[in-house]
Amino acid sequence: MADLSINFAGITSPNPFWLASAPPTNTGDQIMRAFDHGWGGAVWKTLGEPVVDTSSRFGALHVGDQRMVGFNNIELITDRPLEVNLREIREVKKRYPKHAVIVSLMVESKEDWREIIRRAVDTGADGLELNFGCPHGMCERGMGSAVGQEPEVLKLVAGWAVEFSSIPVLIKLTPNIGDILEPGVAAVEAGAHGLSLINTIKSIVGVDLDRMVPYPVVGQRSTNGGYCGPAVKPIALHMVSALAADPRVTIPISGIGGITTWRDAAEFIAMGSTSVQVCTAAMHYGFRIVEDMIDGLSSFLDSKGMKSVNELRGKAVPAFSDWGDLDLNYKVAARVDVQKCIGCDLCYVACRDASVNCIHTGAEPLHAGHLAPTREAANARRAATGVHVTWVDETECTGCNLCAHVCPVADCITMVDVTNGKPFESWNDRIAKGTSKVPGGLHD
Amino acid sequence: MTNGPARPALADARLELRIADGKPDYSSGEAVAEANRCLYCHDAPCVTACPTGIDIPTFIRKIGTGNVSGSARTILSANLLGYSCARVCPVEALCVGACVYNAWHRSPPIAIGRLQRHAVELAFVDGHAADLFAKATPNGKRVVCVGAGPASLACAGYLALEGCAVTLLEQRAVPGGLNATGVAPYKMHAEGALAEVEFIRSLGVEIRSGVEVGRDVTTEQLLADYDAVFLGCGLGTDSSLGIPGESGGGVLGAVEWIERLKLESGYALSGIRQAVVVGGGNTAIDAARELAKLGVREVTLLYRRTEADMSGYHHELESARKEGVRLMERAVPKAFVREGDALRGIELADGRDVPCDLAILAIGQAKLRKLVESVPGVKLDEKGRAIADPMTGATGNPKVWAGGDAIGGELVVTAAQDGKRAARGICAALGVAVRPDSPMHAGHR
Repeated sequence: MADLSINFAGITSPNPFWLASAPPTNTGDQIMRAFDHGWGGAVWKTLGEPVVDTSSRFGALHVGDQRMVGFNNIELITDRPLEVNLREIREVKKRYPKHAVIVSLMVESKEDWREIIRRAVDTGADGLELNFGCPHGMCERGMGSAVGQEPEVLKLVAGWAVEFSSIPVLIKLTPNIGDILEPGVAAVEAGAHGLSLINTIKSIVGVDLDRMVPYPVVGQRSTNGGYCGPAVKPIALHMVSALAADPRVTIPISGIGGITTWRDAAEFIAMGSTSVQVCTAAMHYGFRIVEDMIDGLSSFLDSKGMKSVNELRGKAVPAFSDWGDLDLNYKVAARVDVQKCIGCDLCYVACRDASVNCIHTGAEPLHAGHLAPTREAANARRAATGVHVTWVDETECTGCNLCAHVCPVADCITMVDVTNGKPFESWNDRIAKGTSKVPGGLHD
Repeated sequence: MTNGPARPALADARLELRIADGKPDYSSGEAVAEANRCLYCHDAPCVTACPTGIDIPTFIRKIGTGNVSGSARTILSANLLGYSCARVCPVEALCVGACVYNAWHRSPPIAIGRLQRHAVELAFVDGHAADLFAKATPNGKRVVCVGAGPASLACAGYLALEGCAVTLLEQRAVPGGLNATGVAPYKMHAEGALAEVEFIRSLGVEIRSGVEVGRDVTTEQLLADYDAVFLGCGLGTDSSLGIPGESGGGVLGAVEWIERLKLESGYALSGIRQAVVVGGGNTAIDAARELAKLGVREVTLLYRRTEADMSGYHHELESARKEGVRLMERAVPKAFVREGDALRGIELADGRDVPCDLAILAIGQAKLRKLVESVPGVKLDEKGRAIADPMTGATGNPKVWAGGDAIGGELVVTAAQDGKRAARGICAALGVAVRPDSPMHAGHR
């Protein structure tokens, strides 16, 4: 079994799976139950001046049969007295000394930061996370994403925290900005010890068309919320990768955003995360999901011959490059498995209406000299069974992948490498050689 | 390390091989698609309905996330016989019947059996099933299991994982018990049963075939040589009707007939046009379905009372009907009609005649009274079953535990649970310190 333990800027954790600062980490009771299920750490729901929340406060995006593909909330920071939270943090840390307990904080003035950091450090917590990300409610009061969106302000406040704290300080970044490198680098320059991202994305998840009020409905009104869940994973993964690939970012990253399975976690770690944080999946299914995350990640590492999760960290970052450095001679073509095809024709219509119309069914003619290796077999099965088995004109196929994504049958459409030994050549190579002109272009 | 004889070879020309797999294995893509339909219920009714208490939502989620070996570990922890149970369990009456989708009238319940089969079969094919579990260091305790059927296999596997030296004694040449000799071929061929036996063997269990207790070794000897004895000896031969014309060609007990069908080289049903199965239980329905699948033109199930009184599963009877099996109710055989030696039919008590050239009797099996009674302190109930504590398998003899059909179990999965409970009971009695993360703790108490 691979070693899953990590050291995040001096914070040790039995595994990289932390609960994000959110409703599941509101109380010591929840966090201790989570630790019993196997979570390696938890970021306590943000402490600050206790708030009053609305009813209701969650909205969700359901796609077809899949519930909560995206999730939206307008809940604020903790609604419990500071003393109660601090007492419970101390108690949890005492009972679970090997787990990572990180306290999320959000206050306004320098003096407030000094005071709350003193009291949070005094609990014995392992680290602090400054909530510079919340895009709803708190930002209207000059906190949360209002700080994270202004790199200079972020740097100033983060600098205070680093000065006041004797334990590692993580900065939680908002994705509601143009370039994640600006706040990320500002945090590094302020001396922060780690980055957590992404916080939620400013969103309206839907509209109640009978009441003409956006979701979540609060009486006759609503407000923008923070968006999270599986749907935001690609955005988060990109921002984590952008930071991990930048040489100025020398501090560890805690990846957050739609992580639901061990595979999601492995992807974030491969793109440079040291720990990962989870919220929506735990809100959807409970703390028990961590068992498969641990089991699955461990089996995956074993299968790749990696002794520790640290070997996985950043493994895919070098392959993340600019478009201009991609190989223009690499070519794949779609191939439909004649036996697996169920005849829905979704690939056919997608290719016809959105790509190059290279997918056919039945005895449609094949241009002279074109390759369609499965044409005869597809037509034979169609003749025998009536199933509209499709086939691909590989000469016309651009390898765009669309058909493979619309196909409902796993592994039915695969992309076959048809590069045929052509050497690597990128757009930037062509620019350098002066062969960047495309026939038929503006300057032809 | 010697570990009993090599896997016994099965003949190629076996009739059961003509009966195809009723529910073929999913491809990976199909399994993931089905797994993703599962709602991942908390405190799920499917788990409650599983006699061994497999954490079904968790194993299904693991298939969905691509952690298939973890899925197999979740299954096999709670039920070391998860391979055969995936194929032979009456899931419609257990986990699948309890699935919350049944209450929804929207789409069919999750195909739990097929998903379980997918995960475990992949682990078996990859040959890494035994690597799913860490073994405790040997503890010096020696345990013998009488019989190598499901109850003994489960008991032995769990004990071996805790470091006990376990030996299985099987009177037949082929181990596996009814899993090898009695499971309907459309559910599992004998090869499947033997693959599972090999898995248990690979956990460190020694299997000695062709050893009959009472003939080759005495119970006294076993009690003297081992720290604990587990009786997983199952049942004896088929019961008979005791009516005129019964002895002679064409009349066979169901268990004997199914065993021949599954294991005998060259056995054929040549010349059989009309067959009758006597009985109303699942063995009777299985036998009738097999006859129909093998091409016998007329297959009739004779049951002494009405359909509503039958102990066989309704869904199995419905499948049998689709395959052409006819049910005759209130049919009490009075005599077998013969022309010379040849069977021609059965005369019923109410005067009806049922023509047939093969009659299969599925009216129960005798208890192995003699074997069980030979163990001092072990008592039998009025039906001839060994009396054992249902939670621990403990019998009246402090060194003897029992489970499976010998104590009145009815399914492979209940036998597996009996074996697991007895393994827990044996460890407690022998002072074996069971590891906190032992698979023995998984599933129901």
